[in-house]
Amino acid sequence: MKQALKEIFTGFYSLLVGLWITLRQFFRPTVTVHYPRQTLRIPPRFRGHIELVRHPATGQPICFACKLCKRACPSDCITVEGAKVQGARKRSVTTYKLDFTRCSLCGACVEACREGAIRFSREYNLAGWSKDEFILDLFKRLETEAQATVDAQAPNRGAAMMKSEVPPAQPAEPARAGKPKAATELAAAGKNGGGNS
Amino acid sequence: MIQALEKLLSPLWPEPLRLVLFVVGMVLFVALNAMYLVWVERKGAGRFQRRPGPTEVGPAGLLQPVADGIKLMSKQLIVPAGVDSTLFRIAPLLVMAPVLMSLAVIPFGQDLAARNINAGLLMIFALGSINVMALMLGGWSSRNKYAIISAARVVSQNVAYEIPMLLVVITMAMVTGTLNLNEIVRQQSGPFWHWNLFRLGLNPLMPVTFLIFYICMLAETNRAPFDMAEAESELVAGAYTEYAGMGFGVFFMAEYANIVLGCSLATVLFLGGWQSPIGRLPGLVWFLLKMYFLVFSVVWVRWTFPRTQFYGLLNLSWKLLIPLSLFTLILSSAMLKILRAL
Repeated sequence: MKQALKEIFTGFYSLLVGLWITLRQFFRPTVTVHYPRQTLRIPPRFRGHIELVRHPATGQPICFACKLCKRACPSDCITVEGAKVQGARKRSVTTYKLDFTRCSLCGACVEACREGAIRFSREYNLAGWSKDEFILDLFKRLETEAQATVDAQAPNRGAAMMKSEVPPAQPAEPARAGKPKAATELAAAGKNGGGNS
Repeated sequence: MIQALEKLLSPLWPEPLRLVLFVVGMVLFVALNAMYLVWVERKGAGRFQRRPGPTEVGPAGLLQPVADGIKLMSKQLIVPAGVDSTLFRIAPLLVMAPVLMSLAVIPFGQDLAARNINAGLLMIFALGSINVMALMLGGWSSRNKYAIISAARVVSQNVAYEIPMLLVVITMAMVTGTLNLNEIVRQQSGPFWHWNLFRLGLNPLMPVTFLIFYICMLAETNRAPFDMAEAESELVAGAYTEYAGMGFGVFFMAEYANIVLGCSLATVLFLGGWQSPIGRLPGLVWFLLKMYFLVFSVVWVRWTFPRTQFYGLLNLSWKLLIPLSLFTLILSSAMLKILRAL
């Protein structure tokens, strides 16, 4: 009897404690990230699909189509072709395709690459309407990226060229961490330039 | 404005006009409550879980119930092959109608009651038991195993919880000496310690009695943590499984209408109904304040406690609530006898 009564009282007390806990949560701010309007910062070591890395000085891809990554890939999802340009010391890449439908993001290709020519991107908005959209043309992607950088630098190309380049690629290097800062610097530089001229 | 409204609906008005006004008012009240309590529930659930709840449709998601309603109404009403189609169609109406009828005797304000019936309390409980039967009919006629299990659960749960609830109501009827809800409220006038909840002189276990009533109300309305009838993880949607579109919508609205009714009754019986504890503001405001506080607590309880197991639910009723409510009944009758002898 005494035990049963004690059980009732402790049980009821525990219910009150539970109510108090949820009530406190009720008045605290929410933790939701409203996705399309807000996004989380993607951590530097995020392993998205791979991307080609540009040489810091020339802006050209480091990759010279040695195909080590293709050989390392367990799912056989990389297609690389290269050609020797007249007068160049090495071959350079002309096609680099990733079949993302088969990629398991194991990173064997990034590890296999001796030159640091590929790294993980921080791309995560990867929804698509058809399967074909996931056969990613990384070479084209690199070119558009390069073009975008060039466009951004357009006001005073010569001075900003060195600054804006991404530091030498290491596989896990934060690819775009430095970029916003560089962009603001660029904007400031552009403004000053415009004022002087 | 509210006072004007109360005047308008006071018994001085010609009967047919009063009738029409009250029928329209009740239906609107129940419909709006059912709609916006879904919003309150979802917002509340969100806040309790540190989420914002519905935000996309309208400011603060306020148009969400409208969107839900349009969605439900635009859906086809499917009556599956092999169901008892008459009962299947009647069940949602049978769930909704008693609630609307019961609200007729609830005094929302001093003169704001559709009918001042002497046996109002009795009428509410008489109609209240139809709710159980309707849920059972819905589950039974659906020809679906989950619905039938749910129907069986509803019946055993409600039989178990009707007993302590009625024992509590008998206690209250003995303490107040009337079944007229308006009279019960009138007896609780003055500061808040005149509310039945705090009249410890009549029965020192009054708060316990209120708690029993509240728990039974949760169980009778099939609310968490006693929502065994629609335990999604086991029974899909329980008795509602086969209902599509607005058939389900009516069940859903009836659930919230039942909560409003239960909380109104708790307000009237224990929290002094429309009586203002500070003597200010019209009665309707106080009634709604008290009622919505109880409604909020129902949402609060739902998002705090996990669903009980079925034997736990029956144990709670038969081993704890019924003995306890019997005890309070005997205690208060003894107290009444002693007080009267003095």
